[in-house]
Amino acid sequence: MQESPKYWKGIEELENSPEFIKNAMTEFADFMPVKEGHGSTDATVAPRRDFLKLMGFGLAAATLASCEAPVHKAIPYLNKPEEVDPSIANFYASTFFNGQDYNSVLVKTREGRPIKLEGNPESPITRGGLSARGQAAVLSLYDSARLQFFTKKGQRIATDQLDQEVRAALAGAGRVAIVSPTIISPSTKKVINEFTTRFGGGEHVMYDVNSSSALLRANGGVLPAYDFSKADVIVSLDADFLGTWISPVEFARQYVENRKVSSERRTMSKHYQFETNLSLTGSNADVRESLKPSAMGAATADLYNAVVGGGAAPASKKLAEAAAALRRAGSRGLVVSGINDPGIQTLVAAINQNLGSAAVDTANHSYVRQGDDARMARLIKDIIGGQIGAVIFYNANPVYDHPMGAELGKALQAGKVKTSISLNDRLDETGKLCLYAAPDHHFLESWNDYEPKRGYLSLAQPVITPLFATRQAQDSLLTWAGNPTTYYNYLRQQWQGVLGSAGFVKAWDKVVHDGVARGSALPAPAAQLEPAMDTNSAMSAIRANKGAGIELAVYEKVGLGNGAQANNPWLQELPDPISKATWGNYVTVPRAYAVEQKWEQGDVVKVTANGKSIQLPILIQPGQAAGTIGIAIGYGREAAGKVADQVGANVLPLLTMRNGTINYTTSVKIEATGTQSPIAQTQTHHTIMDREEVVQVASLKQYQENPKEVTEYVKITTPDGLEAPRKVSLWQDYEYKNHHWGMAIDLNSCIGCGACVVGCQAENNVAVVGKQEVINRREMHWMRIDRYYSSDANKEQFEEKGKLDTYAAMEDPSANPSVVFQPLMCQHCNHAPCETVCPVLATTHSSEGLNQMTYNRCVGTRYCANNCPYKVRRFNWFSYYSNEKFEAVNGHMFTDLGRMVLNPDVTVRARGVMEKCSMCVQRIQLGKLEAKKEKRRPRDGEVVSACAQSCPTQAIIFGDMRDPESRLSQLLRREDGERAFHALDSINVQPNITYLTKIRNTDQIDFNV
Amino acid sequence: MAQGAQPAAGEVGTSKNPSEAGVTPGGVAAAAPAAAAGTTTADPAAIAAGDALFKANCAQCHAINDVVVGPAMAGITKRRPMSWIIPWIKNSSKMVASGDPYAVALYNKYQKQQMPSFQLSDAEITSIIAYITDAETKTVAVGTGIAPADGSKALVDGTDAANDEAGSSMNILLIVLVVVLIVLVVTLVIIANIMKDVLRGRKDLDGRDREQIEERFDYSRIYKSTAVRGIVGTVFVLAVLYETIQGAMGVGLSQGYQPTQPIAFSHKLHAGENQINCAYCHTSVYKGKSANIPSPNICMNCHSQIKTESPEIKKIYRAIERKQPIQWVRVHNIPDLAYFNHSQHTQVAGLECVTCHGPIENMEVVYQYSALTMGWCINCHRETPLNTKGNGYYDNLVKLHDSKNGAVPFTVSSNGGTECSKCHY
Repeated sequence: MQESPKYWKGIEELENSPEFIKNAMTEFADFMPVKEGHGSTDATVAPRRDFLKLMGFGLAAATLASCEAPVHKAIPYLNKPEEVDPSIANFYASTFFNGQDYNSVLVKTREGRPIKLEGNPESPITRGGLSARGQAAVLSLYDSARLQFFTKKGQRIATDQLDQEVRAALAGAGRVAIVSPTIISPSTKKVINEFTTRFGGGEHVMYDVNSSSALLRANGGVLPAYDFSKADVIVSLDADFLGTWISPVEFARQYVENRKVSSERRTMSKHYQFETNLSLTGSNADVRESLKPSAMGAATADLYNAVVGGGAAPASKKLAEAAAALRRAGSRGLVVSGINDPGIQTLVAAINQNLGSAAVDTANHSYVRQGDDARMARLIKDIIGGQIGAVIFYNANPVYDHPMGAELGKALQAGKVKTSISLNDRLDETGKLCLYAAPDHHFLESWNDYEPKRGYLSLAQPVITPLFATRQAQDSLLTWAGNPTTYYNYLRQQWQGVLGSAGFVKAWDKVVHDGVARGSALPAPAAQLEPAMDTNSAMSAIRANKGAGIELAVYEKVGLGNGAQANNPWLQELPDPISKATWGNYVTVPRAYAVEQKWEQGDVVKVTANGKSIQLPILIQPGQAAGTIGIAIGYGREAAGKVADQVGANVLPLLTMRNGTINYTTSVKIEATGTQSPIAQTQTHHTIMDREEVVQVASLKQYQENPKEVTEYVKITTPDGLEAPRKVSLWQDYEYKNHHWGMAIDLNSCIGCGACVVGCQAENNVAVVGKQEVINRREMHWMRIDRYYSSDANKEQFEEKGKLDTYAAMEDPSANPSVVFQPLMCQHCNHAPCETVCPVLATTHSSEGLNQMTYNRCVGTRYCANNCPYKVRRFNWFSYYSNEKFEAVNGHMFTDLGRMVLNPDVTVRARGVMEKCSMCVQRIQLGKLEAKKEKRRPRDGEVVSACAQSCPTQAIIFGDMRDPESRLSQLLRREDGERAFHALDSINVQPNITYLTKIRNTDQIDFNV
Repeated sequence: MAQGAQPAAGEVGTSKNPSEAGVTPGGVAAAAPAAAAGTTTADPAAIAAGDALFKANCAQCHAINDVVVGPAMAGITKRRPMSWIIPWIKNSSKMVASGDPYAVALYNKYQKQQMPSFQLSDAEITSIIAYITDAETKTVAVGTGIAPADGSKALVDGTDAANDEAGSSMNILLIVLVVVLIVLVVTLVIIANIMKDVLRGRKDLDGRDREQIEERFDYSRIYKSTAVRGIVGTVFVLAVLYETIQGAMGVGLSQGYQPTQPIAFSHKLHAGENQINCAYCHTSVYKGKSANIPSPNICMNCHSQIKTESPEIKKIYRAIERKQPIQWVRVHNIPDLAYFNHSQHTQVAGLECVTCHGPIENMEVVYQYSALTMGWCINCHRETPLNTKGNGYYDNLVKLHDSKNGAVPFTVSSNGGTECSKCHY
């Protein structure tokens, strides 16, 4: 008998506060105002008569109005492009990189407008995966907050005039500086080089908001390329490599390669994580320990001593275990660290070197982080000191996102720089302080090239005519430098060097088509520089770092990142994988500390450090190291647009520099303010009282010993003895003659990143509802990722402690919980409870296994949602596309500009109807039609749902279960009786979604890992 | 749009190589030896390939039996040998320049219009000729007019004609009846009056008789009768109810909708008389959801040279000059909540355009022929057998269906064609 872990959906459930219990009892919260603005006096007196009157009038008016059908126009192209056919999607290869993670993408365009980004399967780096941020980038194209023309002091100015003035100003400017985030485009770098050379004293300074400056310094100026698939033992010291560190999509795919188990392969890598905040990576680790930031240095030193120095084993048991595992693994071991401290990074590099780690490649190294904190700090000081004549901010917003931003802002405002130019896409915090603004195109309107890793190239091509009177930044720079060529020609010229002049056109066309190419456009790096310090001085530098009091660890969120994409409502509403919070940041505090201070979730605290303070609500976070708090960057924007402004607070000003790098940790003072601010979490909406059959976990040891026992299959009592629930049924089974669509979700591969959630939102025109409606538990996401924490207690302690006490103990959270992610969408049950209760047959079963939802038939009784055991149905409480309450957050459905992003094949749902996952029926229909046109059966893999398409780790497999040769059928055959299970099997709704038990690489499921 | 933008690997849709647009490699290979022998072949694959190629390349200027821009194609193999046709299609201007007498005569006969050069292989040209030979024999058999592929068009016309005939004879009968009745009534009144006069002239009548003669009919009795009132009232209420229901049922229905278009484009002329294939202008009708309203550049394929002085065609020139697209009025409006895909019905199901759009070839101005209601869709899906022939997608389904209930036709709805999410998502 295996242990039965008890998972809790959140702290609220563990605490079982009276309010929570009350909410849990009801499916929908009572007294949810649909109409706001009613005075409290008449709130209970529903204006029912008014409603009836209005309805009667409305009916009459509608009838009269509909007698006269409106005249619709059919406007064809004036000159139809040959490759564009109305209603047929074209895909173009491109690249998304905005200084954070690199993604090679395919852009789906309809009638010449991009509507969705998908991962490019041809890319050897991202291999078809695409991050949530990449998925959401298409919406930023239609952002109405983008600057739509060139400005001087905020007023529109003609392009020619701006060029003239800028050229004159630059000629006599003295020192000229270009500030940008990391640029991995070889051609752009050449343009910038040309520009800075043209203006004698020019320099180009790159900085990263979530900096890897120390990592670069420790590796002699290069960023090593990591291959996690070549590591059997991974030790991560605060590196969130699955979520935010360097290249998460690439790393996630490599990581799961060694984590997927099957009957052919019953081994997996072992992952140790030592970190302060509970990160996405930490929640996927096999062994996790939470450490204070000030203890991370000592831990690194201990690890170094144990692995390299042959010293005594570290005092910490887990660290000792990790060191021993690393030594055993040798070249199959890997240590990574996300701490921006040159000392720690020097030791980490030394450990990897000592191990001879095959997973670290410094020859064909990565380029995606090149920011130099010291140079940036020096430049800001120079600007403040008035030594810079002209500064150009190229997609850089240091006033907001640099710790010294406030000082920089003051200097710019005071006119310390005579000519300041912003190439940013909007008048953001930095841009509005600049004299000139020459907004850059969106990347979907631009030509560009990228070299994320030495020897790997990719291209971006425009997929839409520029929407506004903007100009590509490179063209601006070329113009100002006096080079008359366009950037497109410049780029082609550059690529002749890569592809060769002979047969260039053909080779170029192929690269444009594929989006990716092999080869290098950058000069070979100079001989490897020596690390900035040796291990001895690194040791002493580490030991000198002593923390005091409560320590703050600043982190980056998987969704919103560094805040550059903050005005994107899809990302704002994407629940954080761990906290499941949307719309805003907060202070994560360990539970014990909150209890000690008598604080409750949502209490606003004031966090003070280095003379500055911010106010944020607290969120009780299991796994948070004792004596620490965490705050996310990327929030508190002031000039990003309607969506992002005043959401959360900006934590970056609290940080300082140390040893020439930005120190993302600091000691803080924290005090209660006595006010409250609710946090919009999506996680405690629907309780599942007995979770054992919802999500299943087993240890690798169990799996190796007896794979038939890792999954617990519920049996029910029948007259013939114990039977599987599906043997007893009230309903007749469906016969699927043609197709039987289904999905398998491997909980072992799912890292919980949320890319699928945004992919689904983009594909299915899912509305954004905003913070208040998320608090009201009315979010519209068709799929969610449930995150379950473990508890220390389990049912086996019944005899020892007594049932009641055990249940009470099960309510206590683990200080360091193990975490399971479970993507949950409509399960498309074959015996669907929702179908039987719909009074108008708006939800029915199809002959292909789909649970169909017909919006135009739905009258909104919500019986189906009440009867759904998985709570995956969503009700449209409002007209999200026309109700002014949602204009700020869902603005893209309000304007002609924003509506261009909508998928024309999917209805925008009206108020008063239910909606839910359709298993991307529009994609199924299209795939079938294409097959029929070619007079054949659909090929496996041809029809893929949006979530399966976007999954960076291929955890979701979509397919036809009627086709015995499909990947899905093979997988289900192989895993039947081993890892395959249905959520809530005992209620016998027979879902078409199958989950595969999560396997943890431990000897036993130790809940206190 | 992007310069040099190339569709990527995942593209759904057009294939750039025309030889992929329906030419099976086997078909071409089979046609090649026949071409060498100088004869045409009746291989169905080659004919199908030729059909596609003809529509794609030739149909804008040539029809089988009619002179459009260039000569009618019927009998081409009798007029010229293959050894002449192939170089002519590949490069006609070269042949004219080389002084080939037939070529020069042809050039002069058709207003010195140059036939463009086509990059077609010998095999492809042979398959086009095979198609022409095949088509001319068919048209001879069926007669002139639009040649329906499966007779469905003829069916539509036939029923219409029958209806019309029955209707007109009923009308005549009614008129005759009414006339007869009127004559009868008039005759009877005259007879009654004559008889009254005769009676009045007689002196031997007593008071009661006289009273009877002079008696006038009391109309107020009818007016006051409850039975009459009841019947009239009921009829009136029923009539109002019927009209209301009819009106309400018709709300949102626009069958017969025939808006005036900005340009007096005549389908009767183009599709009817000139027999231009529908897909020549509605380019994506076989491959996409929408059939595509032609853009002016398609009009210009012909009208850069034909009828350039017409005021209607000048409207197109004006649109191009001003860079203002032509704003046609949409005739067929399907609500946003319903998904309809043309290619599913044309390419897969093999339906003729006229089945839903009616006798387009007779329409001076297009009107909505079908009801386009959900009931109309569903009825068709219930009644229409699936077009499964030669489609590998359906092979197993047909077997499965036949093995279970072979007597019942395998209709669209029996394959799930009336399920909600086939059209609503």
